[in-house]
Amino acid sequence: MITTVIQFPGSNRDNDMITALTKISGHRPQLVWHSETEVPKTDLIVIPGGFSYGDYLRSGAIAARSPVMEAIKTHANKGVPVLGVCNGFQILTEAGLLPGAMMRNAGLRFVCREVKLLVANANTIFSRNYQPNQIIRCPVAHHDGNFFADGKTLEKIEGNGQVIFRYAENTNPNGSINDIAGITNAEGNILGMMPHPENLIEDFQGGCDGKGVFESVLGANRLTAA
Amino acid sequence: MIKARITVTLKQGVLDPQGKAIEGSLSALGFSDVESVRQGKVFDIELKGKNKSEAEKSLNSMCAKLLSNTVIEDYSIAII
Repeated sequence: MITTVIQFPGSNRDNDMITALTKISGHRPQLVWHSETEVPKTDLIVIPGGFSYGDYLRSGAIAARSPVMEAIKTHANKGVPVLGVCNGFQILTEAGLLPGAMMRNAGLRFVCREVKLLVANANTIFSRNYQPNQIIRCPVAHHDGNFFADGKTLEKIEGNGQVIFRYAENTNPNGSINDIAGITNAEGNILGMMPHPENLIEDFQGGCDGKGVFESVLGANRLTAA
Repeated sequence: MIKARITVTLKQGVLDPQGKAIEGSLSALGFSDVESVRQGKVFDIELKGKNKSEAEKSLNSMCAKLLSNTVIEDYSIAII
């Protein structure tokens, strides 16, 4: 099981992601710097949270145009799972790998708190270890998490079951349309989500509700390999 | 050298919470004639060469590839 964490100047949740992946997969992920033009063989690519390029221009905009993104696209086109968390989600939308765009939080404030998430589609490689419609806890920490897509795009992603996580129980922290917290691409192998599942994987963090994302995608890989 | 100014604004219909906050603040300062505010970004760019149509082509490409996110933003180009 080889996992990969992409690092950009300004990534700051990369260490949390490395810890989570090491703990859950049993192996330390390989680290790939944003200026690389190739990503070595891998079973999962993770774009972690942070403030790549200081959020200059738009969150994720400059990172989305860095050399490593072409290599990520090549892997994704072959079906390799790609997970983008927080800034990673912003980068994936800016790169056009996921539909829609992330806007400034409706309340204009940076939000750092715990929210409730509804598992809106438990039939994906990223969510198969959850129960359909399960409500889980997850922390968020962002300033630009207000997901937006035009009506036609929204209809498409809702119709295809591409919405995997929704903010539940009135905990939408950013005004995101349809309470969207996480979506996949049409093929289902790229997930972007604003909440941080890597920060809720051990009891000392107050719970393990985030573990399911990693166990789902790593387990799915194991099945494919066998 | 050619000088250009690119203006990027949120598309009509896309909620602009920053514009709304500025609008509220202007009203609070007593500017009662303010109907609405939409905020955006300005880029002043200097280009090599003298060919304006080439420059416009290049600027259009810059806007589409990086300077604006066409999912939520519109842009306009002025050669000055």
